[in-house]
Amino acid sequence: MPRVLVLFAHPRLEKSRTNRALLRYVPQRPDLTLRDLYELYPDFNVRVPDEQAQLLAHDIIVWQHPLYWYSAPPLVKQWIDLVLTFGWAYGPGGTALRGKVLFHAITSGGAEAAYQADGFHGFTLGEFLRPLQRTATLCGMTWLPPFAVQGSHRLTDAALDEAGARYGRLLDGLADGTLRPEALAGHALLNHALTQVPQP
Amino acid sequence: MNDFLVQAAVYLAAAIVCVPVAKRLGMGSVLGYLTAGIVIGPFLLGYVGEEGADVMHAAEFGVVMMLFLVGLELEAGRFWRMRRTILGSGLAQLLLTAGACALAARSLGFTWAAAAAAALAVAMSSTAIALQSLKEKGLLDSSGGQLSFAVLLFQDIAVIPILAILPLLATTSVSTDAHAAGALGHLPAWQQTLAVLGAVGIVVAIGRYVIVPVLRVVAETRLRELFTATALLIVVGIALLMQLVGLSPALGTFLAGVVLATSEFKHELESDLDPFKGLLLGLFFMGVGASIDFRLIAAAPGRVALLTIGAVAIKAAVLYGVGRSARLTLDQNLLFTLGLSQVGEFAFVLFAFIAQLGLLTPEWTATLMAVTALSMTVTPLLVLLHERLLAPRLGTRRAPARAPDAVDERHRVIIAGFSHFGSTVGRFLRANGVEATILDNDSDRVALLRRMGFKVYYGDATRHDLLEAAGAREADVLVSAVDGLEVSEALVHTAQRHFPHLRILVRARHRGEAYELLDRSVTGVYRDHLDTSIRMGVDVLRLLGHRGHAAYRAGQDFARYDEAALARLASSRHDAGRYISDVRGEIALQEALLKADREHDPAAGDHAWDSEEMRQQLGSPAPAR
Repeated sequence: MPRVLVLFAHPRLEKSRTNRALLRYVPQRPDLTLRDLYELYPDFNVRVPDEQAQLLAHDIIVWQHPLYWYSAPPLVKQWIDLVLTFGWAYGPGGTALRGKVLFHAITSGGAEAAYQADGFHGFTLGEFLRPLQRTATLCGMTWLPPFAVQGSHRLTDAALDEAGARYGRLLDGLADGTLRPEALAGHALLNHALTQVPQP
Repeated sequence: MNDFLVQAAVYLAAAIVCVPVAKRLGMGSVLGYLTAGIVIGPFLLGYVGEEGADVMHAAEFGVVMMLFLVGLELEAGRFWRMRRTILGSGLAQLLLTAGACALAARSLGFTWAAAAAAALAVAMSSTAIALQSLKEKGLLDSSGGQLSFAVLLFQDIAVIPILAILPLLATTSVSTDAHAAGALGHLPAWQQTLAVLGAVGIVVAIGRYVIVPVLRVVAETRLRELFTATALLIVVGIALLMQLVGLSPALGTFLAGVVLATSEFKHELESDLDPFKGLLLGLFFMGVGASIDFRLIAAAPGRVALLTIGAVAIKAAVLYGVGRSARLTLDQNLLFTLGLSQVGEFAFVLFAFIAQLGLLTPEWTATLMAVTALSMTVTPLLVLLHERLLAPRLGTRRAPARAPDAVDERHRVIIAGFSHFGSTVGRFLRANGVEATILDNDSDRVALLRRMGFKVYYGDATRHDLLEAAGAREADVLVSAVDGLEVSEALVHTAQRHFPHLRILVRARHRGEAYELLDRSVTGVYRDHLDTSIRMGVDVLRLLGHRGHAAYRAGQDFARYDEAALARLASSRHDAGRYISDVRGEIALQEALLKADREHDPAAGDHAWDSEEMRQQLGSPAPAR
């Protein structure tokens, strides 16, 4: 059974409706670990051995964070710079992460329609995440499309709950093994892949 | 030689036995030495008797040295700033006390001269006892503490004119016992006073134009022991000089100390002479204790007791009045009054001098010395009573009487101790919208804080009823920012016992305190200096050219490493299994730390953003990322 690691990064959680809602739906189960990075490292002093150990102990890595300026919050980049070391995550002998699965669970103010080639931002979400994607694949990981909760400024409470529930089912399905990563690849957003999966 | 060894052994052993016991009982070292003297004196164990007189002479030198150090420590600037208080309150205390005591003495049948002399001696308070207890409670900077200091300072200065006046009084007395003189004994009175002033001038001149250059030359040799020898020579030489002229050695050395206080050698002199002073003073007090005439006391216990109570009462009354006119609040005034209500050690010296001048009969001298010693015993008891009985009552009266009309909110944070550390925590919390309840035992500070709108309770934070009143049951966090391990340990103990839900964050002044607190399962231990000294170290690195972020991260790593080392060493230090004295313990501590640093290397493993390894492996200058 795959073990799931949710790496959560939000610099100002008390001001975020959306991420708080999503967090409420993260399932509590022994094979799922949630790490709140801005709580663990308020001074950005990432403890590399701890993080590497966590990565080794899990099979599916989920980055949950808001989209700031088309990317992840600063601590995520700091984490990547420090934790994915040469000779461990990549490079000669760097096979620690090979075969693991990784995707990002993203919240954005802009709506899905804005993140299209002909949309307001001119590129898709997937395109904006290329650097993060390549980071994962360089380390031998399987990259899955992002799970996105978009247009967050305008979401009603009901919509938020629905998105949260979907997120929870996604995580549960992955940890149960009922949702196979191979089946999820190839879509623009994981949200689309999910609608094709029968709801329990 | 044999005799001397026996004597030395007896005195030292007595000191070592009695003084620690006295300190344990909270009675101070002076009383310990006195008790030691009494114990080995002719009335109890009888190890020393008449030869005690010789010891006294040697030990009087301790007083001479003490006055040199008093002069040395006299900070001219501070003295100038407090001049009004010193002159005003100090003079008032001395004159009123002396006056009242002189009247009392007259009613007992003294001559005017004897009454005046004895009264001046009784008006003295004990610098050692008063300042020591203030220091222990951390209340030197409170208004009561400052006034105590001013009055004691004035007394120290007043010694000079008193020593000059006493011979004048002697010449009006009938007794012909005066051997005190020397070269001046045969001069008429006014010329004697002139001689005193002349000697003062000579000492000042010697101090400035002879001693300082000599010290400079000696300092250049860089031989520590030579400097110490010079320091001793200064004291001995001046004392000798004054004795030849027939004046008080103590006066001369005091003046020399004042002159040297502005020189660059002040601190060296202080530290070199301090151990000598301590030992000799101890010897002095033991000698005094040995010479207390218990036969006299036994013969008239009522009289002695009455005299003691009377003296203390008169002094306390005058002190209280002086405190009131200096506008001290009630409990600051009580601190001041009780702290100085005894007759001080300098009275011993004055009485001895007075007896030499023939102003007092030997019996009265012995009686008054006994009264002095007894009054010094009474003070700690009075202070204890005040702490236990009076202060708590005053404390609750000061509880916020102006209860707000709104519901009395309990705050989630309690801060005990609002000096530098605690106040910074409090201000930070306040700036972030968190109000804390504050506990402090300095009444002036409490008054100020209340004016600034803080919710403050006055009193001893280690009492659980006070914590309860401050809302400890409903609070989440207790911050202990008090000064001193004993108090913080007591606070932790009380909190853990009565309010186990409270998260306790404790300030530790240094590693040693941190260890003790960790032993008590306190998880939040915050060493005063740690963050700041590391921050300074980081800044030093940057000044040397290190890059800012790297230096900063090095600082973070070091802090983390040191905290881990603290926890590790805290538990392992008990394995040492042998007793290490405090000083030794500090060194052993540093040794353990430096060893651990070598083993664990705080700077190891930092390869972040370092492409060195990568370039080596790939043999190319262009890294993959």
